[in-house]
Amino acid sequence: MSETKPPDAPKPASAAKPPVSRERAQQARRRVLRTILLTGGVMGAALSGFLPQVYARTKRLRPPGALDEKDFLASCIKCGQCVQVCPVQAIKLADLVDGVGVGTPYIDAREQACDFSCDAVQCILACPTGSLVYKKPAFLGVRKGAKLAAAPILKAKEKDAEPTLNLSERIGVARLTRPESCLAIQGKGFKGQARGAAYGGRMRYMEVDRWKPIKVADHPYDVAECDLCVRECPVKGAISIETVFAPDGTRRKSPVVHEPCVGCGVCEMICPVEPSCIVIDAREVWNT
Amino acid sequence: MMNPYLKRRFLDQIAVMFGREAKKPDAISEPAQKIHELKRMTNKERLQEAMLAHENAKKVHTWRNRRWAVLIAVNLFFTVSFWLDIQILEGALTASRFIGFHLIDLNSALQVMLAHKHIITNLVIGTGTVFVLWLLLGGRSFCSWVCPYHLLAEWAEKIHLWLVKKKLVTDQNIDRRLRTLSWIVFAVLALATGYTVFEAISPTGIVSRALIYGPALALLWVLALLVFEVFFSRRAWCRYACPIGLTYGVVGIFSPVRVKYRLESCFHEGDCRKVCLVPHVLDTVIKGRAVDTEIPIGPDCTRCGLCVDTCPTGSLTFDVKGLSKLL
Repeated sequence: MSETKPPDAPKPASAAKPPVSRERAQQARRRVLRTILLTGGVMGAALSGFLPQVYARTKRLRPPGALDEKDFLASCIKCGQCVQVCPVQAIKLADLVDGVGVGTPYIDAREQACDFSCDAVQCILACPTGSLVYKKPAFLGVRKGAKLAAAPILKAKEKDAEPTLNLSERIGVARLTRPESCLAIQGKGFKGQARGAAYGGRMRYMEVDRWKPIKVADHPYDVAECDLCVRECPVKGAISIETVFAPDGTRRKSPVVHEPCVGCGVCEMICPVEPSCIVIDAREVWNT
Repeated sequence: MMNPYLKRRFLDQIAVMFGREAKKPDAISEPAQKIHELKRMTNKERLQEAMLAHENAKKVHTWRNRRWAVLIAVNLFFTVSFWLDIQILEGALTASRFIGFHLIDLNSALQVMLAHKHIITNLVIGTGTVFVLWLLLGGRSFCSWVCPYHLLAEWAEKIHLWLVKKKLVTDQNIDRRLRTLSWIVFAVLALATGYTVFEAISPTGIVSRALIYGPALALLWVLALLVFEVFFSRRAWCRYACPIGLTYGVVGIFSPVRVKYRLESCFHEGDCRKVCLVPHVLDTVIKGRAVDTEIPIGPDCTRCGLCVDTCPTGSLTFDVKGLSKLL
């Protein structure tokens, strides 16, 4: 950074030119160069901001009521108010390396799923920019199969005067990805803590406390035939254990996902097999 | 009513905010000319004495301490509100809710509107509230009194100035028009791509979220900016790049809160320009430059109060337009 000055540089004696010393002119030139460099730097940084879009291969689960990804990225102001209201802290903000836009909210269902224990989809209520909505404004299209046939009935509120969740579109669909490992299909039961003693995820258990979610680790199971994904699914009629025929012709029990599935991820979170046999396809629509 | 000299300066200062160099005034009012004349005749030795006395006097940091206290308190309030779950101030600096009232950062709101091309009621309410708030509080006062990156940059600047003093680095100054260019570029990018790309790299948002939701790797970008500022260019992000500053600066054009300069009592020893975070707004304190006897400092001023603290003669003071007349 040294500004080397030639000792006693001869001054141009031209009278016609405006009196700008050589040093001054040089300084000005350097300044222009620096300005161009910093302009390039700022623009480069700006472009790096688009990387998440380029690498948006990993589809992440967005909070309930999220607009389609492109509209979501356009409207999210990255304030985290949805994070703050969630009673089970299912929502996290993406970091630089997550590839889904710095500061935008997402849900890692296996870590902590949305179990709707807030009863009212409070993240939508908290969103100041309409990135999360109960119902999309008219000018935004609804993808085929994204719309729920009926307002989902929350099992926890089934006896209430208003048992439904204010949610018009699904955020994903559950899929049995590893049927070969599914305990239900193998006809096995499950005993113990669903995700082990160290697991920190929480859930609302109606029989324990309607308003206070507790640790999954504090709620051990003992079932003769594993049905945890069905048992803990918060939405009525979204998943059930059905009798199916395996390729070899034998009769098996298997969890089957139905149209009311909103993609909350509780099944993925509670599955006691590692890794989970059932996962949410984020932003997937219902295909009949 | 503004006299023609002040009116011209008012417009000049807006141009200076957008990046034009501050230059010598073309016309100076009669009373101001008289004072300039008188000052040329005063005893230089007496002035020298006064300046020396000032140099040896104890440094005052009243406004700086108040400002830092406010800045830290506001940012911690977000954190505490979330951690203790008291729900008084929810969200982050980009958008929040204060006891239920929506508050939305003007630049973030603008980016979202341009990218999404759809405006919902909450966004309008929040943006309106914040607009009125900073209109009343002085526009760029957001920068120096609230923005958490600004405080980091202020500390980085101290290191930078120390290194300059040790002759280890020199400040590489840059054309201030770059900030206007970056404002336009980020606005166009949001509009064209439908992605609020500035929000992804804004150190204000990154630091604010890190304080509330915990540290993130995105802080590396902030660190890179600070390193650049320490070793190459003094407070470069705030001065030459940040579009948020320009957005709030435009609000500041109409704000009644500003620093006021009184020509008569000024020694022109220039300490205020040395401490100023945006020295181009203080060109008027240079000997012979003031166009009138009392001059409001322009909209790019962050109302940080450093000059008010350092001025030995009280020639620079905080002023609320209209209020002094009322009192």
